[in-house]
Amino acid sequence: MSVSDTLMRWRYRAVPDHLLGEILTKRWIDNAIPILILMTVVTVFGSAIPDFFGASSLANLLRQWGEFSLLVLALMIVMVAGGIDLSVGSTFALGNIVALTLLSVAEWSMPATIAATIACGAAVGLVNGVLVGYLRLRAFLTTLVTLIIVRAIVDILLLKYSVAIAGGFIESDAWYYLGEGFLLGMPFSVFMTVVIAAILHLLLSRTRIGWHVLATGGSRRSAHNVGIPVRRVVCMTYVISGALCALSGLLFASRLGGAGADTGIGLEITALTAAVLGGNSLGGGRGSAIKALIGSITVMIMVNSMVRLGVTSGANSLLLGLVLLAAVAIDVRWLKNRHKLLSNVYVSPTFAPLPPAPTTEADSPYALNDKLRPVDLIGLGAIDGPEDVILDEDDHIYAGNRTGDIVRFLAPDYKEQELYAHIGGRPLGMAFAPDGALLVCVGGMGLYRVTKQRVVEKLTDETNRSLFTIIDDSRLRLADDLDVAPDGRIFFSEATVRYDMHEWPVDSLEARGNGRIICYDPKTNSTQTILKNLVFPNGICMTHDGQSFLFAETWACRVSRYYFDGPRKGRVEPVIPNLPGYPDNINRASDGTFWLALVGMRTPSVDLSMRMPGFRKRMARRIAPDEWLYPNINTGCVVRFDETGQILDVMWDLGGENHPMITSMREHKGHLYIGGISNNRIGRLKLEGADTGWTGPESYWGRT
Amino acid sequence: MQGLGRLSQEKIVFGLAVLLCIGFAVMLPGFLTTSNLLNLVRSVSILGILGVAMGLVVIGRGIDLSLVALMAISVAWTLQLVASGMSLPQAVALGLAFSLVAGMINGILIAYVEIPAIFATLAMGIAIYGFGRYFLFTLDVIYMPESAQALQWIGQGSLLGIPVPIFAFAAVCLVATLFLRWTTYGRYLRAVGDNLPAARITGIPARPIITLQYMISSLIGFAAGLVTAGSIASMNTRVANSTMVYDVILVVVLGGIGLSGGRGNIRNVVVGTLLIGVLLNGMTIMNIQYTLQNVIKGVILLTAIVIDTVLNPRDEQTAQQGDI
Repeated sequence: MSVSDTLMRWRYRAVPDHLLGEILTKRWIDNAIPILILMTVVTVFGSAIPDFFGASSLANLLRQWGEFSLLVLALMIVMVAGGIDLSVGSTFALGNIVALTLLSVAEWSMPATIAATIACGAAVGLVNGVLVGYLRLRAFLTTLVTLIIVRAIVDILLLKYSVAIAGGFIESDAWYYLGEGFLLGMPFSVFMTVVIAAILHLLLSRTRIGWHVLATGGSRRSAHNVGIPVRRVVCMTYVISGALCALSGLLFASRLGGAGADTGIGLEITALTAAVLGGNSLGGGRGSAIKALIGSITVMIMVNSMVRLGVTSGANSLLLGLVLLAAVAIDVRWLKNRHKLLSNVYVSPTFAPLPPAPTTEADSPYALNDKLRPVDLIGLGAIDGPEDVILDEDDHIYAGNRTGDIVRFLAPDYKEQELYAHIGGRPLGMAFAPDGALLVCVGGMGLYRVTKQRVVEKLTDETNRSLFTIIDDSRLRLADDLDVAPDGRIFFSEATVRYDMHEWPVDSLEARGNGRIICYDPKTNSTQTILKNLVFPNGICMTHDGQSFLFAETWACRVSRYYFDGPRKGRVEPVIPNLPGYPDNINRASDGTFWLALVGMRTPSVDLSMRMPGFRKRMARRIAPDEWLYPNINTGCVVRFDETGQILDVMWDLGGENHPMITSMREHKGHLYIGGISNNRIGRLKLEGADTGWTGPESYWGRT
Repeated sequence: MQGLGRLSQEKIVFGLAVLLCIGFAVMLPGFLTTSNLLNLVRSVSILGILGVAMGLVVIGRGIDLSLVALMAISVAWTLQLVASGMSLPQAVALGLAFSLVAGMINGILIAYVEIPAIFATLAMGIAIYGFGRYFLFTLDVIYMPESAQALQWIGQGSLLGIPVPIFAFAAVCLVATLFLRWTTYGRYLRAVGDNLPAARITGIPARPIITLQYMISSLIGFAAGLVTAGSIASMNTRVANSTMVYDVILVVVLGGIGLSGGRGNIRNVVVGTLLIGVLLNGMTIMNIQYTLQNVIKGVILLTAIVIDTVLNPRDEQTAQQGDI
């Protein structure tokens, strides 16, 4: 191997390119920019203002933050459902004046005051909610108007009661505890905010009602169409928002104990800036309590620092305006371009050199011939994509198709077909269990069983989550082929954990070990990943010793043997290290050897590109997917080999006239039945000199 | 509902204005005099001019919440420049340029960066006010210097016995109507407001048109600011933080220009202005407290939006996502 190859190999081993794309698929990555902004703000102002994080300064800041972030949480709830609430500032002021008036002028008791204040805010929210939710008004203008009206009401109340409030004295320790007390080392308002944020977080992420809210914001139309009471959900968010704002006003009242004309003026802008800066999307569907808290901390620090630095009010609003603009711009551009960025970086090819391909010259084991030319065609034009075919002891043929069914061609002439079972996903590899049930790998769904009574049952659709991967690989995305060990354990391959069924060709560009082999044990009903980092593992076939199986890795062009039992347990040994094509399914032959389907042949250009990951990456970024250089999957052959890896026979259909596109083959009573994932037929070939009594189920489970 | 459908909102509002007029004329002595009526129109003409600016933007499916802030800051800067010795035309030119640049930034943010108009202009309004207060002047109120007396005529003079602001309002209305009806760009603006994707597909330069509409609105806003400054001989920059911009929206929505864009005419602005003028005038004569006036205006605006929604219902199936 040349020096440059070695360097390249180490470069792609050391730098995990694929992680970037995987990180971008995560929802929590939305928080990255807000947290970055928060850290910047803390660093800048923390160093610009001496004693910024001193104890007294911090306690004061925290109390204000407690009240402020309640407002941001209120706004967040409404925004997540696709609305906006500009009346938060006025409702806050209303809560403040109502609480003070009730306590010091009307001399109500503490609990009654708290209840009445929150009810007041909820009432304002209800007005908003009915107007926006039920009457379908525009949220922005409606809440703008309620802002003005509520503010006017506050002004009227102020005129009436401000003197009385200033003169009155509230004799209640509980009241001062709200404003000055500590709980668990935190100022009370902070404690309350944290509790409320936690409740909101649980509501939004774990409960039905929270999902309704998110769904409504994500797509109001779809939410309506699936039967979510959209109007009620929207209305409810405003009510919650109003109640939270009033509560915040109450806390403010207990801290300062005075009502001024400027209480809460412009607070809606500050709260909006905080909510958007935290990453809550305008227009809904994306937001969380944590985002609201992050945003509120950032804005709180900014606004407070500006005051402490002694700049005029003009600079403060200039900064606030610019930050709001920047936050909205980032939000809009991020939402619009995230998937573009993702599609740019998700495909991350790696260095995957293959040894020079074996020749198919006349004197080679793979010599070209026309042995597949005389196949009989079954179901020509009547079946769409039989990836695998299998026959039972009554000689019926079972095959999956593209529309999610397993169809059965009836013996003896296979003219007639019937729907055997509807599964829904894409049936791929199949095998018979000892009890005669049909086991199927279903792309996108997992491992399934169709009993003799045609009942479709799920065996497993998840395995253990790998500890140190970024994408969640517990769910099966592309179960491909399977085989059954003598003790009933089912070993099946999952071709790739990074792509879905229909994107399987894209995985060939990466050629990384994205696949794995998984074992399902019906005795304990448990699923366990046993082999990881395989390059598109595909066909699996039990050897005759009952202790190992053969498996094919498609993009690595090799067949290996894995021992799951016996003295060599856990070992992987190469069987055919270098094939001239891309191997697919493996199945048993009647004479103790194995059949292997080559789905396509290697080409020098693709082989070369496997040494040039940069080239493949540029290709994936810059040109349309249908222009990409893919491995050939149209011309292949059937290979027979033995356990030592010796090639015994090769069958071609040159020109692909009678049976192009092979992904599997199954020997049964002296005939070979051939399937292809994008083919419209099943081929049947008479095998010269084969055991005409041999069947697959019998070879596995003996004569029944 | 059918009957309401045929009765357009414009007609309803006009009828309401006439009814209010009759009601006030009967109940309030001194309402139906020439001087009071002239005073009424004069007092709302600034609101009307701003309404035309907002109306154009709303027809183009936008909204300009920075209108009043921009007006206050640009005109206040003009006055400040004149006070510091600059000649009047030069100062006005600079103020106008400032106004247009700010309008262009609005437009670029909305058309090219694709920030929703409501948020872009809301944030720009705050930023413009902050910019003016921090960089341009330190006082809240900028008084008109002696050398700018020429401006006073616009605000306080009269022609043929009719106050000049009324002429200004009429002129702005006329030009805007002509622009909307007879010029290519006016028609483009309506097309963009009616259906942005369709307009873009037919080859209309949608983004430049959107930018243009905010520049026009800042231009008209500047004109309104000059009239304001002329009539009270000063410019109070605090007006940027007041609810005035909502009054402007009230005029537009009340007149019947749908917020979903593409509908309405300058005529609607005139009708809306008339109703608000009558209302404010009547309430002032009746000596209703300012805060209560705000409540009443708010309730009327809410009613107007409700009627707008009932007449132009938004469907769950066709409503646009994120359209708030």
